[in-house]
Amino acid sequence: MASSQSLTSPSSRMPSAKTVMAAITGVMMVINLYLIFMVAPTDSVLGHVQRVFYFHVPIAIMSFLAFFVVFAGSVMYLITRSPKWDAVAHAAAEVGVVLVTLALITGIIWARPVWNTWWTWEPRLTTTLILWLIYVAYLMVRSYAPTQSKGAIYAAVMGIVGFVDVPIVYYSVVWWRSIHPSPVVGPFAQADALDGTMALVLLYSFITFVFFFVYMVMERMSLRSMEEALGRIRFTLRRSGR
Amino acid sequence: MNGLLRPVLVIVWKDLLLELRSKDLVVSVLVFGLLVVLVFNFALNNAPGRSEELAPGILWAAFAFAAVMAMNRAFVRDQEQGGLEGLLISPVSRDAIFLGKALTSLVFMLLVEAALLPVYAVMLNFSALSFNLVLTIFLGTLGFAVVGTLFSAMAVQTRSRELMLPVLFFPVVLPVIIASVEASTRAVGGETFIGLGRWLPLIGVFDAVFLVICPWIFAFVVEE
Repeated sequence: MASSQSLTSPSSRMPSAKTVMAAITGVMMVINLYLIFMVAPTDSVLGHVQRVFYFHVPIAIMSFLAFFVVFAGSVMYLITRSPKWDAVAHAAAEVGVVLVTLALITGIIWARPVWNTWWTWEPRLTTTLILWLIYVAYLMVRSYAPTQSKGAIYAAVMGIVGFVDVPIVYYSVVWWRSIHPSPVVGPFAQADALDGTMALVLLYSFITFVFFFVYMVMERMSLRSMEEALGRIRFTLRRSGR
Repeated sequence: MNGLLRPVLVIVWKDLLLELRSKDLVVSVLVFGLLVVLVFNFALNNAPGRSEELAPGILWAAFAFAAVMAMNRAFVRDQEQGGLEGLLISPVSRDAIFLGKALTSLVFMLLVEAALLPVYAVMLNFSALSFNLVLTIFLGTLGFAVVGTLFSAMAVQTRSRELMLPVLFFPVVLPVIIASVEASTRAVGGETFIGLGRWLPLIGVFDAVFLVICPWIFAFVVEE
């Protein structure tokens, strides 16, 4: 019953890594917004709506990275059984689901003026939607499991199976589409037309979202360790007959 | 090999015997399969002349839903009577338990599909006498059985287990459904084996990948 883990670490005066990360991410995000809305040139064809692109692309790439982290964490958890790996996978999955949701929403906003439709069963869109469903199932099976340790194992199973499945899903929808050709243009049709400033803003935005992702995962992991500490306190209180 | 094969067959025989005596699973899935066709017939307005293009889709929608129905029951009997603990205590490798369970599900599904296919062929007006169609159904069902058995072992332990299995199962087997519908459309249209294109290899890759991964993962799912 040694609760060696400190809840908020009030003893140390030094700011925690998480706080430093939050500060860096916050500053970078403000600069990012300035760059996107003030510095980046307005697209000559699409107008201001094109600016959603600086959010959409980095978020979509980060969401795929998140699910690689989930996969790696799941494999390591099944092999080592260290709860640390489960915490990493869990946090990355939750942040990943949020990122995929954002990628889908920004994609829909972008698709409407560019393709003249909110949604199309284009391979990348379809794969992203299925990815979202797989990782929602990951979170569901974790919380519906009979015990927390079972939930961690079931989630790891889904993290591995889901990740292995994604390339197969991608190829099946690509081939499916190439056989029923769609009238819409590919998502990166105008990516060649990216001018220098646009590319730099995109790169900066990408780096910002890397920091954002790492910070969110850290925040979620510390939240989880607090949840566990709270669980231990509740357990002790209940046992002492309160 | 003999050390793995015998326990697998014993497990299959045990489940088949249980099913033979109760007959509740196969019968209810059969009736369910007929109802799915009825619903799709009206939902998609299956007019004469259109059934050639609609039939493979309806076929696989029915098979996929029937698979979930059947898989949901795969571990329920073992769970309720504590049979799974017995299996786990017995000196049999986890791989054998998984393969036995998956093979049982495959046999159940193939039995149901064999019974449904002629009925569908008559009702949806397509020719089921095609080796390519039968091969597609076999490979697709194998994919369902392998992934479904793994998820079923998890879902049976969760709250609201009947709901959990489709949530886990459908996103993962979607490539099998896509590929099976495409391959079946060609097979029903009288294409040769080559004419099926890359769809059969795609199902084959899916089956092979998960036949390797799932037994390994299954050991973690059932451990105490």
